[in-house]
Amino acid sequence: MSVFDGLKFRRVSSPIHMLDPRIKFLYVCSIFVVAIVFFELLPLLVLFLFQIPFVILARVQREWVRSLRGAAFLASIIFGTNILFRFMYAGYSLTANDIEYASAMTMRFIALVESFSIFFLTTSPDHLGLALEKSHIPYEFCFAFTTAVRFVPVLAEEAQTIMDAQKARGLELEKGNFLKRIRNYIPVLIPLIISAIRRSLELAEAMEARAWGAIEKRTNLYSLKMKRNDYLLVLVSIFVLIIGIFVRFYVSIPTLSNLLGF
Amino acid sequence: MIEVKNLYFTYPSGVEALRNVSLEIRKGEFVAIMGQNGAGKTTLIKHFNGLLKPSKGEVLVDGVNTESVSVAKLARKVGFVFQNPDNQLFSETVEDEISFALKNFGFKDTPLRRRVTWALKLLGLTEYRKASPFMLSGGERKRVALASVLAWDPEVVVMDEPTIGQDYSQKEKLRQFIVQLNMQGKTVVVVTHDVEFVSECNPRVILMSGGEILADGFGKNVLTNIELLTQASIVPPQVTEIFMGIKDLGFPVDIIDLYEAKELLMKRLGRK
Amino acid sequence: MAIVKAQSLTYTYPNAEKPALDDVSFEIQKGEFVILTGPSGCGKTSLCRCLNGLIPHFYQGELKGKILVNKYNIVDHPIHELAKHVGLVFQNPENQLFALSVEKDVAFGLENLGIPRKEMIERVDCALKTAGIEDLAERAPHELSGGQQQRVAIASIIAMNPEILVLDEPTSFLDPLGAKRIFKVIGKLNESMDMTVILVEHRLDLAAKYADHVIVMDKGKIALDGKPRKVLNSDETRMLGVGIPKATRLYQLLDEEKALHSRQVPVTADEMGKLVRGALRA
Repeated sequence: MSVFDGLKFRRVSSPIHMLDPRIKFLYVCSIFVVAIVFFELLPLLVLFLFQIPFVILARVQREWVRSLRGAAFLASIIFGTNILFRFMYAGYSLTANDIEYASAMTMRFIALVESFSIFFLTTSPDHLGLALEKSHIPYEFCFAFTTAVRFVPVLAEEAQTIMDAQKARGLELEKGNFLKRIRNYIPVLIPLIISAIRRSLELAEAMEARAWGAIEKRTNLYSLKMKRNDYLLVLVSIFVLIIGIFVRFYVSIPTLSNLLGF
Repeated sequence: MIEVKNLYFTYPSGVEALRNVSLEIRKGEFVAIMGQNGAGKTTLIKHFNGLLKPSKGEVLVDGVNTESVSVAKLARKVGFVFQNPDNQLFSETVEDEISFALKNFGFKDTPLRRRVTWALKLLGLTEYRKASPFMLSGGERKRVALASVLAWDPEVVVMDEPTIGQDYSQKEKLRQFIVQLNMQGKTVVVVTHDVEFVSECNPRVILMSGGEILADGFGKNVLTNIELLTQASIVPPQVTEIFMGIKDLGFPVDIIDLYEAKELLMKRLGRK
Repeated sequence: MAIVKAQSLTYTYPNAEKPALDDVSFEIQKGEFVILTGPSGCGKTSLCRCLNGLIPHFYQGELKGKILVNKYNIVDHPIHELAKHVGLVFQNPENQLFALSVEKDVAFGLENLGIPRKEMIERVDCALKTAGIEDLAERAPHELSGGQQQRVAIASIIAMNPEILVLDEPTSFLDPLGAKRIFKVIGKLNESMDMTVILVEHRLDLAAKYADHVIVMDKGKIALDGKPRKVLNSDETRMLGVGIPKATRLYQLLDEEKALHSRQVPVTADEMGKLVRGALRA
């Protein structure tokens, strides 16, 4: 299980899915900024909790939990190394503050994963491509982007089939020293490359058959229009950013251990 | 030759592709595994040479559990011809392509050359020995892929959808070839959804649907059972369809063979 | 009225020795359902490519003779202009879908033509319904079966409203049931929307009943051209290795023995059944 499993888009209709991807990106950026200006556990915890309503609104709890679970391994490494450094830095002793600092760093990572997963779980690659188009990036690039995303699973499956076919003819991929192993992959790579070339030729034909390049200014099935909720999210993002910066500079943040009276 | 006992298989993605499949394929048999796309046919045959290992249950090839041996070892006995020849062709010449597997299995020098020559001849490819496989037509590429597997003379030949993308006369040639292979004692397993092809070959038919075996028996019985076919989303052979339409006139419905159909109709029509 | 008219059409691919199409002449009437068949490599695909201008605009090479499609001489019009009149569906469904959702894919051609958004939405919906895949509108192509993918490809062509629909072996990767569904969709397009259909196909068992016109090609030439029953019943067709429907073949076997004869040669199981029924009653 990897972090990426939790980032796979699934179509659900929810107010969050309907949001303009550009604005969602703005939101992710503001969370990102706030997350990296804090080194204390409390605000990062707040940031983490603050995003949970979004997850629930988007109805992607299950995928979200999965992405957190996927991130658990990396999170524990972050925690471990932080503890280790603190431990060595402080002359081989640990205080509650050190543990809290390590937890804060871990929580920062988790809050970031959370915001990214909200973004990717609720934004279809299609909309992402559309957002690119609307950002005045030439259409050819946007088309290349979406087509590439489209063919990732197809090529992955094909690579697997080719490997199976060659294994069935006695190829042992894991045999031999390093150089030999690389050479073992030639019978897999050549068919894969040839098929990719063949595919692109067929794709080009199909594009032509559907009037590719007929006119200068194409239209688009989807439109991105800022709606009420989008403006709302803009406000929320700015609000988060301002509060975050304000707290950073003007409020002294108590540590959790102080609060709990250690 | 191949024994499958209570086989379950679930893909890492969580899709349960096979559920409690048991079957036995004897030496020298000719078996067609049929079913709709996604019925679990390909998943099943990938267990025959160890490309997939059971999640539960076991698969024995010539008495050996596939769990305990490598794909390369099993492949020596079970030759596997994939659907799309382009998924395996990579060499500069047809000759090299056919040598590939032989080299992997440790053949050298004279025995290697002798086998290549034999396989080329078997599939009528001798004149293309030095040609690039990529310059050949679709049907020829398919034959090169087949030759590259038959070259090491495996005891079992498994073919995944051999008729796909082939025109009628290519199919007819393929059919004759497969029947001939089988007559020479090879165990042949064909995975296909081509009912007409199967009705012409008349092998033992295993019908699959949703990862389970629905039926296992003579083509004559399986392919004429409408209930089973509907369940497996398979269209009956056209000859059977004709007889289903005239069932009320006292004709049997378990007819798949064109010539048997002719004889039957001749008896009734000729008498008039 | 002839909607496609070819006169001594000869075409050679760049760097090829032999022509892929060799002195081909034929006519297709408006509203016909044409089946184009013949052994692999006989020039069927090349002919399809001529119909929407992929030959010669995309493939270059040398084109002689003349082909008029909807009165346009293909040589004088770019592919994107011909695409409005001739829709081409290819053999491999996977390689003709580019977008990440079905509806976006169906809209692709309309976007290229600059159709306003409101009209586009209507046309996409209508095309999805015609192909019977409205419930798949938001799915990603790789989640679909081959048959569903091919119906998406067909929908994306019919959204462009061409007068002629050309399909190059659209079912060769599909199972029989998937193929049957495809034929049903194109049969309906031909019948109720009066679209001219040109279908390249080996599976005559399932497709023959829709045809009003069959053309058989061999080695770049037209071997036979005429009414389905006549073409399918001719010895020449069978000798060329065309897989005629089993019903027709069975009829031929009985006809040879003088056990059965009809002016209306059967091409489906149903027709064959009726014929036998009639003969036994008589």
